[in-house]
Amino acid sequence: MTERLLAGLPADGPIGLVAHEALHGPVPAGGPSLIEAVTASGLRGRGGAGFPSGVKMAAVAGGRRRPVVVVNGTEGEPMSAKDRVLMERVPHLVLDGAAAAAQAVGAREVLVCAPPEVVAPLHRAVAERDRRRGTPRVTVHAAARGYVAGEETAVLAHLEGRPPLPRVTPPLPAQRGYRGRPTLVLNAETIAHVGLIARHGAGWFREAGTASRPGTMLVTLSGAVRRPGVYEVPVGTTIEELVADAAGTVEPLRALLVGGYFGAWVDPDAAGLALDDTVLRAHGAAVGAGVVVALGASTCPVAETARLATYLATQSAGQCGPCVNGLPAIATVVGRFATARTERGDGERLTRWIELVKRRGACAHPDGFARMLETAFGLFREDFHEHARTGPCARCHAGSVLHLPVGDRVGAAA
Amino acid sequence: MSARPEVAHEELAVDPIACVGHGLCAELLPERVRLDEWGYPIVDGTIPPALREHAVRAAKACPAMALKLRRAR
Amino acid sequence: MALWYLTRAAGAVTLVLLTLTLVLGVLNVERVASARFPRFVIDGWHRTISLLACVLLALHVGTTLLDGYAPVRIVDAVVPFISAYRPLWLGLGALALDLLVAVAVTSLLRARVGIRAWRAVHWAAYACWPLAFVHGLGTGSDVRAGWVTWLALGCAVAVVVAIVARLADRDVTPGVRAGALTALVAAAIGLGTWLPAGPMAKGWAKKAGTPAALLGGRHATTARRTHR
Repeated sequence: MTERLLAGLPADGPIGLVAHEALHGPVPAGGPSLIEAVTASGLRGRGGAGFPSGVKMAAVAGGRRRPVVVVNGTEGEPMSAKDRVLMERVPHLVLDGAAAAAQAVGAREVLVCAPPEVVAPLHRAVAERDRRRGTPRVTVHAAARGYVAGEETAVLAHLEGRPPLPRVTPPLPAQRGYRGRPTLVLNAETIAHVGLIARHGAGWFREAGTASRPGTMLVTLSGAVRRPGVYEVPVGTTIEELVADAAGTVEPLRALLVGGYFGAWVDPDAAGLALDDTVLRAHGAAVGAGVVVALGASTCPVAETARLATYLATQSAGQCGPCVNGLPAIATVVGRFATARTERGDGERLTRWIELVKRRGACAHPDGFARMLETAFGLFREDFHEHARTGPCARCHAGSVLHLPVGDRVGAAA
Repeated sequence: MSARPEVAHEELAVDPIACVGHGLCAELLPERVRLDEWGYPIVDGTIPPALREHAVRAAKACPAMALKLRRAR
Repeated sequence: MALWYLTRAAGAVTLVLLTLTLVLGVLNVERVASARFPRFVIDGWHRTISLLACVLLALHVGTTLLDGYAPVRIVDAVVPFISAYRPLWLGLGALALDLLVAVAVTSLLRARVGIRAWRAVHWAAYACWPLAFVHGLGTGSDVRAGWVTWLALGCAVAVVVAIVARLADRDVTPGVRAGALTALVAAAIGLGTWLPAGPMAKGWAKKAGTPAALLGGRHATTARRTHR
């Protein structure tokens, strides 16, 4: 039974509180035992980093000051829609999980960070719930725009009224987060899973998915498929099955971008391709936040890569020299390859600069950028050589499957 | 075998947000710090006892206090 | 008598060192350096000369306190405007001393104080120089001597050039730039009007608040003798 988070989804609009409770039953009163259950369940963060959620909860609960729970629904990744869908259509599951997690770690306050368009429905859902004694106080906040705005420490900065920029870790939010307190920052989907684990237990959670990565996950599938959208599948589902769920492809595929913009370009015909980290690692990829973009054969992979590189460069928070300087410089050279305007030394320059930006920022943005490009150069090697020789191809302007909101900038990039 | 005093292993690291590329660190500790073409430090954090004094001086000299010498975790 | 000469000399040298410190500070923040004079050298000079300025300042204040000529108590050296001797002009010096001590202490304890607090106090360093400068003109008994005029002028020119160069940096917010330039022009006009009618004119000692007992006394004869 795959439908867990998205069970009982009506044709339109959210599941109201009454329908929600009829569907899932009441949430048991939370407590520290939930931390054990979540740990035993093997639930890992669904925001991209995949950190074991139980470990995070235990760390937060073990702090000296009263902790805070933050539901991170910012979803800065443009090709991801799962958190938006979840918070808009199944808000009570998210709020259940938040309340249960708060009670488990001893927090009295929950801050929900959601895309602006979902704030109003979430407010309504919060109002629907009665505030019983012991339940935490829930406030809903509009998330900031920008690619890195969804990074944990950037979300905290935004909630504290500062620019949504990442900061150096350590200390981790679990140790020193929102206003210096231990903060449990969980992705909206992750916390929804917590809400279900609170009801049905760790064993139930592990009935789906794989042994090392149990449970179900939400995947945002877009691009050259018949029915792009958000799907709930067991972790470990093959790409073939996923695409079949989406009624197949509209044309033969050239590549898959797995893991979002900071993910990796993967060969769609590779055998055994599945939403499983152990499988994807061999392709330089990871499941991440469950974003899969199908690049059809009619779209130029070189042009897409160049556009994506330029977009990611504009999304630098602008705080760290190597990122601020390196990403635009690299994107420019990639553009030169795409348009046969390379200068002498560009190849060497590209390799050197990509190495130079890795691990030299406060957050993982430059590393994701590097990974995206390296996998692109691996998978599209012939295409890049062709473009470097003869310039833009017929498909270069055929259109992009990638949504690149360049205007949404987090920081003032130099 | 003679007993060697245990030296706590120390690590030099740059705070990438505080760093604005002044470059004094590379001048004072070229054995462990070099500047990339944008003026930002690439730090090899391992500091043997022989270089400790220089590492401390480099950390103190940083105008942005971005270079820190701390106990390795 | 020797102490009074020492005070004046130490005061003048302190002003020169403060000027150098400010100029080096600007060179530092503007990242001016060469292969011969790398960043760490400029930075090192800035720090060392500022400490030297503190030493000379201590000598200047110490000799003033030890010398019985002017009725200055220890408290007058750190609490501004309460001295019996030229309260306003001496007080400016006390204020400059307070700021310099704050800057020096926060700088020596920079790692403990944190970069933001340190930076905030360091901005106050810019105020040190004009306070010391006007203090020197107001309290100095050599103001009309040629060497003092040239020294003061030289220091003033160096500081103005350094500040203008600093303001030219595009990192400076337009509001700050406009404000600082206005302050510079106002200061120039202010000094231009005040100096000829004030310290450079006769009768300044009395106007500045020198206690009556010292006016026309035996030291005063000596002081008058050194003026041209």
